[in-house]
Amino acid sequence: MSETLVLSARWGKPNSASLESYRADGGYAALDKALGMEPSAIVEEVKKSNLRGRGGAGFATGLKWTFLPKDVRPRYLTVNADESEPGTFKDRYIIEHDPHMLVEGIAITCVALDIHLAYIYIRGEFAKQARALEKAIAEARAAGIIGPKVLGKKDFDLDIHVHRGAGAYICGEESALLESLEGKKGYPRLKPPFPAVVGLWGKPTIINNVETIANIPWIVRNGGDAFAALGVGKSGGTRLFGVSGHVNRPGVYEKPVHYNLKKLIMEDAGGVVGGRAIKAVIPGGSSSPVLRGDEIDISLEFDAVKAAGSMSGSGGVIVFDESTCMVRALARIAKFYAEESCGQCTPCREGTHWMEGILERIEHGHASVADVAKLEQVANSIAGNTICALGDAAAMPVQSFLKKFRHEFLEHAELRRCPHGDHGWGLTQETRDAVAGPVRYAR
Amino acid sequence: MTTHAGGVEGLPREKVEQFDRELAEILKRYPPDRKASAMIPALRLGQTLFGYVSPAVQALAADRLGTSPSRAEEVASFYVMLETHPFGRHLVEVCTNVSCSLTGGDRLYAYLKQKLALAGAGTTADGRFTLREAECLGACGTAPAMLVDEEMYEQLTQQKVDKILGEHP
Repeated sequence: MSETLVLSARWGKPNSASLESYRADGGYAALDKALGMEPSAIVEEVKKSNLRGRGGAGFATGLKWTFLPKDVRPRYLTVNADESEPGTFKDRYIIEHDPHMLVEGIAITCVALDIHLAYIYIRGEFAKQARALEKAIAEARAAGIIGPKVLGKKDFDLDIHVHRGAGAYICGEESALLESLEGKKGYPRLKPPFPAVVGLWGKPTIINNVETIANIPWIVRNGGDAFAALGVGKSGGTRLFGVSGHVNRPGVYEKPVHYNLKKLIMEDAGGVVGGRAIKAVIPGGSSSPVLRGDEIDISLEFDAVKAAGSMSGSGGVIVFDESTCMVRALARIAKFYAEESCGQCTPCREGTHWMEGILERIEHGHASVADVAKLEQVANSIAGNTICALGDAAAMPVQSFLKKFRHEFLEHAELRRCPHGDHGWGLTQETRDAVAGPVRYAR
Repeated sequence: MTTHAGGVEGLPREKVEQFDRELAEILKRYPPDRKASAMIPALRLGQTLFGYVSPAVQALAADRLGTSPSRAEEVASFYVMLETHPFGRHLVEVCTNVSCSLTGGDRLYAYLKQKLALAGAGTTADGRFTLREAECLGACGTAPAMLVDEEMYEQLTQQKVDKILGEHP
């Protein structure tokens, strides 16, 4: 079962992104099948599939769909292609290699939920990927797959548009995304009401991640039970795990949702560069709590990683070898959240900059042991006190790095310098040249 | 809603006409009563045509989208890819976030500062390049990465960076 590739089977084939190639491999047959089903039966298959959101929260997709109020129209679908969580680089490959899989997933979802207008919100930095999507959508429109009649047969009009962002991590947060799509700055909204009830332009809106929606054609074609069987318990299917950092074969690997983290790093990603030991692993994007190298023999399934004290999040695995300075690593993570805090809530707006400043001082030998405690206090004051999850996302790395690697922070404070000197970050250029090779994805 | 025949104060007439033509295409993506949703694409278009998102460009976009200049300013100042001040002929943005720095992104940024004779983020004396650090570009598996004029370059080395810069006169 573990060899089944739901998402990446066609990656790397010549012209895999074209409509012709997609159709030759059976593309849009699932949409055709869906048109012959009761919409409620499609939703039922997705519920049975145990598909959980691939954007980071891991919320059950079928359940989310049932939150739409029954009698309010229009409804909208928004696909989140804002992929910005450091360590995450999977949705872009779906878009680059198989954009019609996403278009088909959107079409099926819209038919199932009686939605006639869908937007793909893609981060501004993905220029090439936005062009790939626009091309695929234009092909689908020209072929009559979307437009006034879905697949040229069903009396159901459907349009899909690409909306490019302009550089703001916060717009991956679903309510900030909606604000941005409405032409405003990306300030997250207070919830409830949730977007499924009050979303885009005040109307019920389903927001799903690219990878989540890309699974839908397979589920319709093979049935929800078959998808559930690829995974374990209440988590169905496979996932695209991205592995980056100090590994020999960084890349995206499609594996069952419950694949072993250590195996992913040591076997699929080829182990650590130079055969060095693993000091730490961030398992699900930079906001997920860090694990020590001796804590990674775990299943990547959402609940299993949670039980291990972290989050499977967006599936972005970042590997740090034994030479890494954890203070320097955390200082960079803290800088990111300080840069990206939208400024709406005081604890996050102020606290993220405080954390960044204290961490810079610790790294550069200008901080005392008392500052380490102050850093923790600031993190604890942000967590749980903000409108959106960015506050928690900024606090969790700090809390977990201090818990797992406190001795390194104290050592910096006591020595009044970084014991790693200038060598705490990164591979040398020579090692990098040895590692750099063809782009790796899947298998 | 088009109240200005030619354009907003200080903007060249032909470019304003081009803006209006291209904006009309963009607006097809949004319901007719939701024109303000096109604020980001409108400001990006303005940046492409007029060089940067000046107050006059903000006023133009706000006018055409039927909203207030303050709404345009709020958006222009919020998003990092919208430039509210003039910048170099080419914009070079190097990712120094975790996965890129673990594979040498911070060194590349230091190298570029040295090569372009800049102490930090800024524009070269000849106005050719504006350099700055970028946040995660979603290229962690092909790190280190950078954007030049919004096109992404991955698996970078110093030699590759030299070549890429040479292609941007």
